[in-house]
Amino acid sequence: MTALLDIRNVSKSFGGVVANKDVSLAVPAGGIVGVIGPNGSGKTTLFNSIVGYHPIGSGSIRFCGREISGLRVPEIARLGLIRTFQQTRIYRNMTAMRNMLISDRLRHDGLRAAFAKVPPQQATRAETLLDFVGLHERRDLLAGELSFGQQKLLELAMALMNQPTMLLLDEPTAGVNPTLINGLVDRLRQVNLEFGITLLIIEHNMRVIMELAQHIYCLAHGELLASGPPSLIQTDRRVVDAYLGAG
Amino acid sequence: MKRRGRRAALYTALAAAAIVAPWLFPSYATQFAFLCLMVVFAVTWDMVGGQMGYNSFGNILFFGIGAYACAVVQRDSGFGYAPGFAVGVAVGACAGTLAAAVLGPGILALRGHYFAIGTLGLGVAAADIAAGWHYIGAGSGMTTPLFPGAIQDRAKFFYFLLLALAVVTFVTSRRLYQGRFGLVLNAIRDDEGKAEAMGLRTTGYKTMAWCVAAFFLSISGAVAGNLVGYIDPRDFAFAGSTYGVWMILMAIVGGRGTVWGPVIGAFVFHITQEVFWTYLLGWQRVAMGLFILVVVVYFPSGIVGSLRTRAPRPGGTEREVLPERAVVDPTRRQ
Repeated sequence: MTALLDIRNVSKSFGGVVANKDVSLAVPAGGIVGVIGPNGSGKTTLFNSIVGYHPIGSGSIRFCGREISGLRVPEIARLGLIRTFQQTRIYRNMTAMRNMLISDRLRHDGLRAAFAKVPPQQATRAETLLDFVGLHERRDLLAGELSFGQQKLLELAMALMNQPTMLLLDEPTAGVNPTLINGLVDRLRQVNLEFGITLLIIEHNMRVIMELAQHIYCLAHGELLASGPPSLIQTDRRVVDAYLGAG
Repeated sequence: MKRRGRRAALYTALAAAAIVAPWLFPSYATQFAFLCLMVVFAVTWDMVGGQMGYNSFGNILFFGIGAYACAVVQRDSGFGYAPGFAVGVAVGACAGTLAAAVLGPGILALRGHYFAIGTLGLGVAAADIAAGWHYIGAGSGMTTPLFPGAIQDRAKFFYFLLLALAVVTFVTSRRLYQGRFGLVLNAIRDDEGKAEAMGLRTTGYKTMAWCVAAFFLSISGAVAGNLVGYIDPRDFAFAGSTYGVWMILMAIVGGRGTVWGPVIGAFVFHITQEVFWTYLLGWQRVAMGLFILVVVVYFPSGIVGSLRTRAPRPGGTEREVLPERAVVDPTRRQ
């Protein structure tokens, strides 16, 4: 099986702090892969390395068979690798609908497209996706006026609007109320199965990630501690110790 | 339908008023021309400063470039007044836009306060260069050729020219804000990092926005140079402390980031300034300062922003539960 995203021996340090050390990870096309680990174990640093937020120290990151570790953030995004943010980032002073419209992927990003009006089928697609995350009634509200949970859903819908090949989700359920989490897990599965989008998810909510992911990588102190299917990870002594702070 | 009819009536009335104004108040024609210039100032500043959130203190640069480029063409081309002026305006527009295209990628890479300081430096540097460059008259400036017609026609001519420019600038910017261009500018204003993470070509769009602003500003500079007749490097072409600051104040007074805000801001600012100048001579700057202070403190979102009272919008109630199953047809994905 060829991996859609193939990370080999990636290391990244900030000054003397080693955030990632020799991390290797593979995400198969069409799969859902989880990344877990205690706070400060280097999960978000790994995400940032993948999307080109900062250069990596050593190693290789390949997406669709192409080395992307030297590319910049917008270039990687345009390849179809889109990330969401742990703190949730939306355009606060624009309505939910306009947030969606601007998130559409542009194939012809020339001068004509820049100065053209928004085509109606794009608006229809934006509304369909807003409906998908249950925000259709709120489409005319400013995104900054939505509740935190709703902003998370909007950010997901915006990412879907971009029609990515792969989505990197940084703690999609953090700060979302428990009732909403069930619906969100359901949506993420739908995104994977029906939209055919490969998912790489950082998650602290064990129930969620065990339910969603087919394969899980556990990081601790910047290093890969364990990897395997959820059932194995759950019973892995080292993982339990890392979370409980033993050893 | 009724609303559209009312709007059409309003626009017609405004157009009629604008056309008869110089005949009704002939002694104010030059004032009206300056008012149109102020509209161009505010609308172009707002494109970058309001819609895109990049507070530029150096847009005056393009005004000055337009003024000088046009005057140089008029001086050296050997054409008559009309063709010389026409070519001068075109050359001025190209020179200003080119300057924005060249400077844009570098200057617009600065963010927040750094961008503000950087652009401030641009304006100051341009004034110093112009004041020392003999080809364009150095410190003694340049005079533009005399308008060939009668004196009362002169004011009307420049008024209608600047009126047309203001209308075209406004209509063009409004049209641009309705499409993808406007969406990108607002996205950059709200969260540029997010825009990049979504794959938008932010640098390209930022430069494009600055070029559009520079295009109209440099034309206004070319025309205004001829209206005033004398181009001083510091007090007219690169007058950062007057025109350069007014641009910003007018957009803020009217409501930055709104379509009509800069236009209304230009009217209010220009008229207030003239009134203060007439009735409070000696204290006009103090009065103007107080006026600005009141606006900034009590109406930080400007006239249009404050008028747009936040009526509760539909769908404003809390609902934190997703519907059981999303109603979406995945085959819709294009």
